[in-house]
Amino acid sequence: MTEPTTGQNLSAASPRSDTGNWAKPVRTLTTKDVPVGATDLNVTGRRLYGVSTGFGRLWQKSFSVRLEGAAVTPREVIQVWKERFGDFWPKGQRMFFPATGIAPGEVGLINAKPMPGVPSMATGILVIYADDESFSFMSPEGHPFAGTLTFSAMDEDGATVVKVDELTRASDPFWELMMMTPLVGARMQNDMWRKTLRNVATHFGVDGHVESRIVCVDGRRQWSQAKNIWQNAAIRSTFYLFGAPLRKLRPRR
Amino acid sequence: MAQQMTETSVRPVDNAASVIDILGEITAKSEPQLMEAYARASGTETRVVILNFARLDYMNSGGIGLLVTMLVRANRQKQRLCAYGLNEHYRQIFELTRLDEAIAIYDDEPAAVAGAKAS
Repeated sequence: MTEPTTGQNLSAASPRSDTGNWAKPVRTLTTKDVPVGATDLNVTGRRLYGVSTGFGRLWQKSFSVRLEGAAVTPREVIQVWKERFGDFWPKGQRMFFPATGIAPGEVGLINAKPMPGVPSMATGILVIYADDESFSFMSPEGHPFAGTLTFSAMDEDGATVVKVDELTRASDPFWELMMMTPLVGARMQNDMWRKTLRNVATHFGVDGHVESRIVCVDGRRQWSQAKNIWQNAAIRSTFYLFGAPLRKLRPRR
Repeated sequence: MAQQMTETSVRPVDNAASVIDILGEITAKSEPQLMEAYARASGTETRVVILNFARLDYMNSGGIGLLVTMLVRANRQKQRLCAYGLNEHYRQIFELTRLDEAIAIYDDEPAAVAGAKAS
């Protein structure tokens, strides 16, 4: 027995293809053409984290800003955002991409301060998807979050709306604890995307108000993934920093 | 941008399993269709929901997010999600996003039904 079908009129569809928009599966990440000044750490050799391999509660977060009055199309916004992704991040956070930019399969390096007063953390992302109106990242082992981040732009009622959608959980108990800490953690993470969107809006001459929607879609913690803490990028970056004097003493080949 | 096109139908296999046939596209805009189909497929005795992707034409990263949300709902209700009909391209996407570790993938419907009952 087939129950009544739901949906829209498929007969009016113009076929489109997602071939070429997705990265190929990778067992582990590999960086290439590391830009001068970037720290390439906690990325090469790391597997990707999926939502099912993270630790903390699963959050669905959506941040959006409406570019009211700006004569710019969603495609133009995404083109600029891809080209200048790191420029729109708040101060203190740096993202490095190879010259090929944001494209499926490319690996980006992140050198960021997770919170004030702590050493800089090195991690990265893989561009898993990119088309003319959106692009998505997934993070490797050690990154604060497991899951996907999607950046998109669309036309809504005659104005271009720019969005950041996050479906992630903290990757290990350390990061889950950080996310629960008042005034830092989740608040800083959310403020980062709000600032990023405001910077994108400002670039297009709009003083935009960022709308937020934050929902916990799975309140359970995946204790079987607590072992992820061994890969924690902040802890490993700190050890790397304090190990710098010893590395200088090591004989050069 | 092309118009969003998603179509679903629901077929019960027996009291414990149902199939959701997915036609067209899965993007973030498919949420009403997919979640309504999941609600219809998910009875009080349902233990397995099988997704048929044989007629999937297009999926973006928003679509993957939707499948993750459906997976969380299924887990909450102590149900399993299975899939069949994925071509090589979509199998690779499941592998890339590690969804294949949470959603069992089968070649065809008989294998999915047998696998679901065996687990």
